[in-house]
Amino acid sequence: MDYSQFLYMHEEMSLLGVILLLFVTDLLFCKDSKRGGIYNSPLPVILLGVMTVFNALPLSDVQFEAFGGMYQHTPMDTIVKTTLNVGTLITFLLAHKWLARPENLVKQGEFYVVTLFTLLGMYFMISSGHFLMFFIGLELASIPMVALVSFDKYRYESAEAGAKYILLALFSSALLLYGVSLIYATTGSLYFNQIGIANTPSLLLLCGLAMFLAGMGFKISLVPFHLWTADTYEGAPTAVTAYLSVVSKGSAAFVLLVVLAKAFTIGGIKMDWEIAFFWIIIASITLANLFAIRQSNLKRFMAYSAISQAGYLVLGIMGGTELANDGTAQGMTAMVYYLLVYLAANMGAFAVINVVEQNSGKLGIKDYNGLYQTNPRLAFLMTLCLFSLAGIPPFAGFFSKFFIFMAAFNAGFKVLVFIALVNTIISLYYYLLIVKAMYISESDKPIATFRSDGYTRVALALCTAGVLLLGIAGWVYNYLTEIGMQSL
Amino acid sequence: MIQIEYILIVSAVMMFAGVFGFLTRRSTLAILLSIELMLNATDLNFAAINRLMYSGGHEGYFFTLFSIAISAAESAVAIAIMINIYRQLKDTTADKLSKLKW
Repeated sequence: MDYSQFLYMHEEMSLLGVILLLFVTDLLFCKDSKRGGIYNSPLPVILLGVMTVFNALPLSDVQFEAFGGMYQHTPMDTIVKTTLNVGTLITFLLAHKWLARPENLVKQGEFYVVTLFTLLGMYFMISSGHFLMFFIGLELASIPMVALVSFDKYRYESAEAGAKYILLALFSSALLLYGVSLIYATTGSLYFNQIGIANTPSLLLLCGLAMFLAGMGFKISLVPFHLWTADTYEGAPTAVTAYLSVVSKGSAAFVLLVVLAKAFTIGGIKMDWEIAFFWIIIASITLANLFAIRQSNLKRFMAYSAISQAGYLVLGIMGGTELANDGTAQGMTAMVYYLLVYLAANMGAFAVINVVEQNSGKLGIKDYNGLYQTNPRLAFLMTLCLFSLAGIPPFAGFFSKFFIFMAAFNAGFKVLVFIALVNTIISLYYYLLIVKAMYISESDKPIATFRSDGYTRVALALCTAGVLLLGIAGWVYNYLTEIGMQSL
Repeated sequence: MIQIEYILIVSAVMMFAGVFGFLTRRSTLAILLSIELMLNATDLNFAAINRLMYSGGHEGYFFTLFSIAISAAESAVAIAIMINIYRQLKDTTADKLSKLKW
């Protein structure tokens, strides 16, 4: 065996190095659980930051395979992995104050290690070239995630959220596996490339593909499979909710695009899943928007908002699995760009929700009445992020929505784009409900003025910079277009 | 020689017995058992398809092995969460997990 193949996987290997380093540090130096040992220091954040920069800088354009095609790497993978890294970094920054609580001090090391393991799973999932690798990555991403969701051991909601999440995650992975076994029965291979060549439309393959899509739908929380989302998002600790809604969801959506592009685009089966996605996207965007209007808890509200955003994200799959007529990978580029912008905006909103919760314990939308009077800067940042999520022009959210609509439109899904556009207006209504609560509604007891900690400030600065600059800096999209052309 | 159809029928019955159990059982532990039934159906499928249809390779067998290991890890985490719930509620019926809704 050629061991130099491991060097190609430098992203995975360096992440594994960070994990082991943190694990050993936790084991050896954190005996004094009263003070939390080394983990009240920014060590995990710094390590992950260095690793992100180290992996993003060389930006190897090479497209390579390792381990007989089990592991396939494209330039776009590097971009997505870096994006996920930044999301995880912001999650760590958000989690810092929550982890400094006395009941969590002793568990700090676990939080960092378990979170990074889910990230490692997503890495393997993104670069997989074989269903076995894909499945192991998927499970490595979702089993530790359950532990994170029920991380608050003495809070009942956290345990209930974890129970709902694991039961449905298990159910969906069983469905997915059964689908994969049917795909194996029809094509005789589990390599994406060989399935791509060997697939001929048959009823068995269609059943397999439908089950596979249902399993992935659970992970991305698209509408017929979204029932766990709101409960899990509400019960989980806020930093974990932010992680679930951006990093976990974004990686699963990108992986779905990659698998469909590699395995199910050539051959006659493309038409079938396009019809399925047509209805799934319409249902996700519309139903989630309608449910979001009637929420009174902010985390539940963000859950439904995230389902609707997942619908827009998956819009990039429509026509995104092939090169467009002008030779660019429009769908893939638009999806990655959307993910980048969504990360900045959603993480920013969660940073505000988190810091308000840590300082006052309040999560209701009504509790935010009069936030502008007491904490004007937080209210302003929240408004920026919500406007970007809704897609109002000067912010990045407008451009990301525009590109993803353009990609779907060019692929010929005009009705779908029209329905998505109408839904953007509905979403504007409910995002403005929060803005109204913060700026206009009066309150007898508004949330008291507080100073947010340094970690949250850094996170908020990163997110605000993303929301403001990603839209204006045109080279970002151009650069992604170039990378996309080399990757599909 | 056993035909592939027989095994596929058995595994399909196992799979949908699992789905039925998942939807109708009220104890979360019974729900977990139903999910194990579904996962076992997929393992059976992979092994049988590999042996009877594509006996040249070993992909299906390896998938089965990994899938068994992973489903064991999953049930361990799931049971840990059930124990945590039992400590707080003194009950693990699915109907009682109703604090978070709508």
